Amino acid sequence: MTMLAVEGLTVGYGGSPVIDGLALDVPQGSVVALLGANGAGKTTLLRTLSGLVTPRSGRVLLDGADLAGVRVEDRVRRGLAQVPEGRSVVSELTVEENLQLGALWRHRSRGERRAALDEMYELFEPLARRRTSIGHQLSGGERQMLALARALVARPRVLLLDEPSLGLAPRVVAQLLAVLRQTADRTGLTVLLAEQNVTSALSIADRGVVLGLGAVVADAPAADIAADPALRHAYLGF
Amino acid sequence: MDRLVFLLATGLARGLVIALFALSLVIIWRAARIVNFAQAAMAVVAVYVAFAVTSLTGSYWVGLVAALAAGALLGLVVERGLIRLVPSRTPLPGMIVAIGLVMVLQSVMGILFGPRHKPMSAPFDERPFVVGSIPVLSPYDLFVLLVALVVVVALALLFNRTALGLQLRASAVAPEVSRLLGVRVPRMVTLGWMLSSAVAALAALLLVPTELGLNAHSADLLFVHAFTVAVLGGLDSPPGALVGGVTVGVLISLVTGYLGAGIVPLAVLALLTLVLLVRPGGIFAVKEARTA
Amino acid sequence: MTAATSPTRQIILRALVLALLAIAGTFLLDPFRNYQLAVIAACFCATAGLSLLVGLTGQLSLGHAVLMAAGGYGYALVAAPAAEAGLDGVPRFALGLLGALCASGGLGVLLGLAGARLRGPYLAGLTLALVIALPALTAQVSVLGGDQGVSAPFEGVPGPLQQLIAVEQWHAWIAILVATLAVTPLAVLRTSRAGLRMRAVHADETAARLSGVSPARVKVGAFVASSLAAGLGGAVLCVATQSVSPGRYDLAFSLLLVVAAVVGGLGSIGGAAAGAVLVVLLPWLVDTITAAVGVPADLEQRLSGNLAVLVFGALLIVVTVIWPGGLAGAVGSRRQAWSRARARARAQAQERKRPPAPPPATPTPSPTVPHSLTER
Repeated sequence: MTMLAVEGLTVGYGGSPVIDGLALDVPQGSVVALLGANGAGKTTLLRTLSGLVTPRSGRVLLDGADLAGVRVEDRVRRGLAQVPEGRSVVSELTVEENLQLGALWRHRSRGERRAALDEMYELFEPLARRRTSIGHQLSGGERQMLALARALVARPRVLLLDEPSLGLAPRVVAQLLAVLRQTADRTGLTVLLAEQNVTSALSIADRGVVLGLGAVVADAPAADIAADPALRHAYLGF
Repeated sequence: MDRLVFLLATGLARGLVIALFALSLVIIWRAARIVNFAQAAMAVVAVYVAFAVTSLTGSYWVGLVAALAAGALLGLVVERGLIRLVPSRTPLPGMIVAIGLVMVLQSVMGILFGPRHKPMSAPFDERPFVVGSIPVLSPYDLFVLLVALVVVVALALLFNRTALGLQLRASAVAPEVSRLLGVRVPRMVTLGWMLSSAVAALAALLLVPTELGLNAHSADLLFVHAFTVAVLGGLDSPPGALVGGVTVGVLISLVTGYLGAGIVPLAVLALLTLVLLVRPGGIFAVKEARTA
Repeated sequence: MTAATSPTRQIILRALVLALLAIAGTFLLDPFRNYQLAVIAACFCATAGLSLLVGLTGQLSLGHAVLMAAGGYGYALVAAPAAEAGLDGVPRFALGLLGALCASGGLGVLLGLAGARLRGPYLAGLTLALVIALPALTAQVSVLGGDQGVSAPFEGVPGPLQQLIAVEQWHAWIAILVATLAVTPLAVLRTSRAGLRMRAVHADETAARLSGVSPARVKVGAFVASSLAAGLGGAVLCVATQSVSPGRYDLAFSLLLVVAAVVGGLGSIGGAAAGAVLVVLLPWLVDTITAAVGVPADLEQRLSGNLAVLVFGALLIVVTVIWPGGLAGAVGSRRQAWSRARARARAQAQERKRPPAPPPATPTPSPTVPHSLTER
């Protein structure tokens, strides 16, 4: 059953649209890799899904419900979380505080929150060691780990990730994506993973969706996309 | 020596009031990342409300509560009704609107209440205790001290130990990320304004009895002093506001005592200039860039 | 605009024509009106500078009154001794103006250096503290005369003209000429490469620095330019009132200058002029109306001053929220709308004569929209 559906989406910052008539279905529990060159519209799509950008036309449906007019924070409270591009960790706060921030709306009582945070610390061991460190003291890998943990601590239904591998060493990327995949398998989380690192993304994904010029140009099982040289040359740059 | 002790004690008491007002500037900076130039004018409106309520009920304490409520309400109205409408990409439109608000508030108060200062009596004796032969702090000064300390501690607890405080801090430094974590950022900003306005009202209420009295322009000087304190202590830092407030209060007291009251604005200006140019971070600043 | 006349020459010509028109206009005004005109011209010097400073470099100064005061004191402190020394007429006046420029320029450099290092609210706070400290400063430095201030020598009408014009009209002429002298360079600066650099620095300092522009130098330059103009305005006020004192240059007056600049339209010289007219005439108008309407004396006293301030405050808010371009923006957008409509009509007429062009082959992907320099 479809967890996240996009119909006829057009998004433009003025001038020619960045996303033009895009349609997409993300089944529940699947990990979908969103691929495409720079400027193909991946970030814009994710920001539109989260509500940071208002589309010119089209619909976004979360578990069948139209998200039109639903504010960013309310979409999160309906289960649509995002790990945005770049260093999204709040560098003025500690690791613990960052996690608490993510857990607040979901886990009202202190006890619940403690349990949820401990769960994350178990999953992401390096974070447990750096509990009281301030955001800007963390390494790139630790920050991305924190950003991911922070999004997961509220037990979202859908998780959008925008280029989590950016600027990270391959080993760290592999660890991160492995945890992501395990969590998705364990909890039935639906994942939409936007990546320029095609191989890594396809390695944990069930399906791949390729964006080109603001629309979907390929939507197929991950293995098929990895094996298609024409696609790779045309849209993925190798 | 006697004189020095007296001046220091007076400076401490006065400084705590300035510190409270500076604290309100810190709150709104931590919650919304702006300097509210209309803070003093809004606070004076709340004090007028307190004055009216006290005259009606005869109780200072009811008036104090009224001042807090009026301050919070005014903060809500200004933020929701005005600041929301202002483009916020640069701080400039916000500052201009704040100045417009000051002009509107002060002129309305001038039209309604006239230019003369209304006397306000303090709830406690203002004559200082005499220790040995040295006049030190008065009961009123001690009251101010107590209130200021309570407020500072309460705010510190709020911002650093509560979930609400965490959301307030996050909303100010990283609004978009906070929204992506489900934090109701606009609501946090409004709350920050309300809290800040209430604290400013309290500070103005504590100050007015010791000055000439209540008047539309009572708080102009307070704003400049509090701004200097906030800059000295670091706009991000409540303990900085406290230390800075006491420092500036003592400085003003000493200057008044030894050099004359006329020099005070110059001393404050000199201090402000010194801090802004030499130590831009303030004493306790966390990681704030003050330079362009 | 033909290629032959450079923009600078155009501006200077326009300024001279406006000045001549204004001088001619003084013959139509009674002495009090001419006095008001002189005050307006003085304020214009300051508001033009402030409008450019805020509009082009985004630095808000709440203390421009102090810069005017510096000019006034500079003028008086030079002209008075010069008069004692027996100097008269144009040389004394010129020396006085020089004093004004030195004083206000010097202060402008200091403030500009501070402004280059500080972000918006901090500079505003510093200038606020400055204007509040002015009375204290004049009280402490004895040569500045404390609350009484310093008096300036009286500029009487020169001999040959004494039959023709009254002294207020003469002062108005002086005011107009000095204002032309002060504002024309600002107008030239605005359209010159320096003006472009200011806008670039305001829009994106890092990008500007990478293009070889020094943001600090540009900001200081802008501050100094606006200070020099304000100083000349202060000198004019000093001539018109024969004295300079701190009471005139208080926080309220500084805020009026801000109102004039914002309501007129930040960055616009014409707007600054309109703003200056507004802040000088409105209070007087309000007083006249309340007197005519016949409110009880107590209320009238309370309204005096306050009602005008109320209107100004409301204008500041309304203009910033609804109409960021101010009066100049409204006029400019109307003009733009007209010329756009005309161009559209012309294009439509031409299209009817020509066959339609073929549609483009493939839609080109849009690049990420660059950060527009002209966006405010």
